[in-house]
Amino acid sequence: MKHARAIAMAIGLAAAAFTGAASAGPGQDAIIAAWADKAKAADPAFSGFDAAAGKAFFFAKHTGGGAETPSCTSCHTDNIKKSGQTRAGKAIDPMAVSVQADRYTDLAKVEKWIGRNCNSVLGRDCTAKEAGDVISWLASQ
Amino acid sequence: MKRLLLAAALLASTAVAATAADRMVTDEMTKAECAACHIAYPPRLLPAANWEAVMAGLQDHFGEVASLDDASVAHIRDYLVANAGKDDPTAVDAEGKPLLRISERRWFVGEHKGEVSEASLKKAGTWANCVACHKGAEKGQFDDD
Repeated sequence: MKHARAIAMAIGLAAAAFTGAASAGPGQDAIIAAWADKAKAADPAFSGFDAAAGKAFFFAKHTGGGAETPSCTSCHTDNIKKSGQTRAGKAIDPMAVSVQADRYTDLAKVEKWIGRNCNSVLGRDCTAKEAGDVISWLASQ
Repeated sequence: MKRLLLAAALLASTAVAATAADRMVTDEMTKAECAACHIAYPPRLLPAANWEAVMAGLQDHFGEVASLDDASVAHIRDYLVANAGKDDPTAVDAEGKPLLRISERRWFVGEHKGEVSEASLKKAGTWANCVACHKGAEKGQFDDD
C-alpha cells in the first residue's frame, strides 16, 4: 500500500514536471497528458509544454485565418477570467479554470474546439505543441 | 363571396401561423451544437435545400470553422431537413444558390424593415443575434416586437 502510494506520487510528480505548469486538477491533467502523447507522436524530441509560450500564442495576432478572428482574444477577449463572445453575439464561458472549473475536462470537446478555432484564427491546424502549450497555460489559470 | 374569402383567409392563417412550440428545437444534439455559438435557429426558418447547403459547408460557416464529425453532421442535417420550412424558390442568392442566411430571406427583411434602428442593430452586433431583441428566441418566441 505504501509502495503504491509512492508510485502514484512519483507519477504525479513526473506528470507535473512534464507539463511544466501548475495543474488545476485530475481532469485537466488527463487532457494535457493526452496532448503530450500527440506532441510526442509528432516530434520524438518533445520535452514538455511551455505555459508561457501558450500565453504568448493566445494573445498573439495571427495571420492566415478569418479576417474577423486574427487572435484567440477576438472572441475570448484579453481577460480569460471573464466571458467572451462569439461573432454571433453569444456569451462564451471564461477560459480560466479558476473561474470555470469544467474547462479542459472533456477531451472530445477540447479537440473539437482546438480543431475549429485554430483554423478560424490561423487558417490551419495547430501543432500538438502549440495547442498543448495553450491548454497548459489556461489550465493553470 | 366575402364569407368565402374570410374562410379562406382563416384557413390560410391557421396553416401558416407558427406557434412558439412549432419553432422549438427539440433535438438535443442540434440544440447543443448550434447553440454553442448562436441560438439554435428554428428549422422551419429555412427550406430543406438551404439546410442541406448550410450543413454541407460547415468548414466555412460564415467565416468560421464549424466542422463536426460526419455522424453528428448527418444527424443534425436530418433533423433540420425533416423539420424544414416549405420549399421556396425565392430563397436563393443572385447566383441561384440556396440562401444560407435566414436574415436574407424576403419575409425576414420585411418583418424587420423600419422596426430595427441602426443603433439597435449595432448593439446586437449582427442579425444572427436574435436574443438581443427577442428575449424568448431560444424558446421559439419571436412575436414580442
